[in-house]
Amino acid sequence: MNVLTVVEVTPAGQLGSTTHTQLSAAAALDPEVTALAVCPPDTAAAIGAALSDLGVRRFILVENPRLGALLTPEVDAVATVAARTPDLAAILIPHTVDGRELAGRVAVRIGAAIACDAVGLEVEDGAVVVTHSVFGGAYSVTSGATAVPLVVTVRAGSFSGFDAAAGEPHIDRVPLLDAMGPAARVGVVTSGDGSDRPDLRTAAKVVSGGRGLGSKENFALVEQLADTLGAAVGASRAAVDAGYAPHSAQVGQTGTTVAPELYIALGISGAIQHLAGMQTAKTIVAVTKDPDAPILRLADLGVVGDVFDVVPQLVTALEARRNR
Amino acid sequence: MRIVVLVKAVPDTWETRVLDPQTGRIDRSGAPLIDEVGERAIEAALAHRDQGADVEIIALAMGPESAREALIKALALGADSAIHVLDEALVGADMLRTSAVLAAAIGRAGFDLVLAGNESTDGRGGMLPAMIAERLGVAHATHLNSLELHGTSLRGQRQVDAGTVAVDADLPAVASLTEQAPEARFPNFRGIMKAKKKPYEQLTVADLGLEEPKAASVVRAVRTRPERVGGTTIVDDGTAGERIAQFLVDNHQI
Repeated sequence: MNVLTVVEVTPAGQLGSTTHTQLSAAAALDPEVTALAVCPPDTAAAIGAALSDLGVRRFILVENPRLGALLTPEVDAVATVAARTPDLAAILIPHTVDGRELAGRVAVRIGAAIACDAVGLEVEDGAVVVTHSVFGGAYSVTSGATAVPLVVTVRAGSFSGFDAAAGEPHIDRVPLLDAMGPAARVGVVTSGDGSDRPDLRTAAKVVSGGRGLGSKENFALVEQLADTLGAAVGASRAAVDAGYAPHSAQVGQTGTTVAPELYIALGISGAIQHLAGMQTAKTIVAVTKDPDAPILRLADLGVVGDVFDVVPQLVTALEARRNR
Repeated sequence: MRIVVLVKAVPDTWETRVLDPQTGRIDRSGAPLIDEVGERAIEAALAHRDQGADVEIIALAMGPESAREALIKALALGADSAIHVLDEALVGADMLRTSAVLAAAIGRAGFDLVLAGNESTDGRGGMLPAMIAERLGVAHATHLNSLELHGTSLRGQRQVDAGTVAVDADLPAVASLTEQAPEARFPNFRGIMKAKKKPYEQLTVADLGLEEPKAASVVRAVRTRPERVGGTTIVDDGTAGERIAQFLVDNHQI
């Protein structure tokens, strides 16, 4: 059985941040990983070298002549390569905004079922079985399909352990005949918050703030604790709606779902809207004024208190330990 | 301009949502609400009409009887007519099937623009608008925080993982809006009364003349995660900050 794994390439011609996840996910199904990269003009050689350095031994490079066209060239590329790959069991694509739309359009183009946001992959009786974590981890669901190939989108950070393979790389370069299908025109991405903090989706530690912070200025307390811990910054929907934090920080049923080692919730009551986004964190600490806050039932350590008293003391205590 | 707006009735996100352990399907027996992000799509169409454009708005939903709520709300807000695809055979339909049904209904109605929310709060795939665009043979301009409609084209700011990017596309096209797009207005009393008299068409799969799907997703097993058990709760006596630091050390978090 063959598996194709799509690795994202930035407009600047570099491998995307989801690459390790993609290679590891593919390896879970087939130790002989075949990576597929759609490359902007004049970047294929560099992408090939980068993949080779990572230890990928089979890769297919498709040169995309049509820059700034939203996804149509990538859809054509993946569909073309899929059509000429015998015994194709699965196509793995990152579950990013662009990636999942690529997956959706490819699935329609080739008539394949989709398994969305995979956190686990296995082969059972010759078929690909996908594990999903649904409703913030409340359920674990496994799925398959009635036909091959299966298009799978892969959750960032869910797979690791890809090992460099030995041997000479086998490179396939595919020219993309001018993909002329209708496509939206896109410009250059303007970076989000431009911060150095870890990415919320994959961070090992997250410090989140809720309505209890009271204002955008006060939200700096959340950032301060996050920076002391080297954590990502999160926020409840209520805090985002109130303008204390950007939408990109939202954790919850309509935001990002996180599963970090440590989740510290400040001034968050713990409505189900929020809990569903973080309840599978390994360790949860919560500070809230409300002794009846639902989050206290979930927290490994809950503190009923004022965040403006507790957090500065915590930051001082952490810094003192660091300096010992 | 004929705009088809996709709406969906979903379980309330402020309540616990449940999967059927046998079928893996979402339990829709509660009182489903219109998915709020879909209301923002309706709002975008209404705003374009408010600017003086000649706009016909058709609200479209695929779903069980409960999808009616979402469509009536859309009519009350100002949509001109509603189309409801309701068919037992579509229970548990996956994205491949759902996109085929919706695209067929849209094609049958005719469109210049399809508008939708970017991601449903229950399915959370975020792919359906792009899949519908593929079936209709048009561009998709999706995950937009803002949208401007001009006679034959649209422009917006697309939210991607790394930040935002300017997008533009010629019509006909499919566009979707994020939670950051303008909130919907409230329906007024007149709108609510008029909604009951607006055309409401119900269709089955047979009416759409669809082929059997080439492939389908299959749920194999559903496992419930055991309830999380909490630990200790303390009241701050002036030392809680220090105690949290010690807890983090003891738990090897720092």
